Amino acid sequence: MGRFHRHDDGTVHSHDHDHGHEHEHEHEHDHGHGDHSGYATGTERIEVLEAIFAENDNRADINRNAFQAHGIRALNLMSSPGSGKTTVLAATLDELAGEFAVGIIEGDIATDLDAAKLEGRGAQISLLNTSNGFGGECHLDAPMVNRAIGGLDLNTLDLVIVENVGNLVCPAEFDVGEHAKAMVYSVTEGEDKPLKYPVMFRSVDVVLLNKIDLVPHLDADVDTYISRVREVNPGAVILPVSARTGEGMSAWFNWLRDFARKT
Amino acid sequence: MHELSLCRAIAGVVKTHAGERRVDVVRVQVGALRQVVPDSLAFCWTIVRDDENMPGAELELEFIPAEVQCHGCGQQSPIESRFSVACPQCRSADVAVVCGEEFMVTSVDVT
Repeated sequence: MGRFHRHDDGTVHSHDHDHGHEHEHEHEHDHGHGDHSGYATGTERIEVLEAIFAENDNRADINRNAFQAHGIRALNLMSSPGSGKTTVLAATLDELAGEFAVGIIEGDIATDLDAAKLEGRGAQISLLNTSNGFGGECHLDAPMVNRAIGGLDLNTLDLVIVENVGNLVCPAEFDVGEHAKAMVYSVTEGEDKPLKYPVMFRSVDVVLLNKIDLVPHLDADVDTYISRVREVNPGAVILPVSARTGEGMSAWFNWLRDFARKT
Repeated sequence: MHELSLCRAIAGVVKTHAGERRVDVVRVQVGALRQVVPDSLAFCWTIVRDDENMPGAELELEFIPAEVQCHGCGQQSPIESRFSVACPQCRSADVAVVCGEEFMVTSVDVT
């Protein structure tokens, strides 16, 4: 840093950019001093140093501020396809829709199948199809959720749950404006998934270990799943549940009650 | 998996800095913990750059290895496997990621 250059006209200036890595320091940029005739190529290097997710993160902050302005807590719920996310949500609405005014933003690549399962359970639902001509986005991002917020009446809500697209990779990268991230991880997916998808498992505050009623039919026990999650995310709340039988679900409902009240 | 949207985001960042000038090179830093497939990103870039009116823009990727600072043993070390951020010295998972999560446009060459 601070590399000084003396020009023919006696001016001295420095380039304060920190490149952070080794590369040949070519000075092809046109400084506009008029003293580089025959030297400048017209090519200029512009230091950018801007996060590629910056625009998404700005939009996520706008969403978060909109939720906060209405006293709403927002949860981003993620999982692989078929983990039981919608079944968990249906049971959650049956338990909590009388206590809290809940809005669901339902991410789905092309169908309304999940939204239909959640209808009639006392929640406002805003369906967000992500197909865009390229076969459908694999995640929800902040601008998409911003559009879906328009389908909810924020004035009347306490809690918004964003049901993300089923996928253990991409959704972990995109802040959508939530206050916490949760995931549903079912025991039928195998106990190695936290190690294979560490970015997702590290990103969440709470893990619902679902389908524990099926553990007797599998090779691993609940403790094995819990220790694998702990290996990548020692701080996560881990709640073994069966959305089908209701086992363990009261712990999840209580976690959600505490979360919803933290306005 | 989502490299097409990532390329659009890259193009968005580039355009705000390049303005109307021709973009020749786009340099992007990618941390080892980012779930970016380099071949897929390079392929998607060839589609997006035409769409975004910067057909000659080359994408240069710089990879940043991941390092963790262990809260257990206090050591800072490069991780051994991209599947785990556990401390290579003491195996603790209670670590802070020091680097490896970068995903940014560092510079662009324009004419």
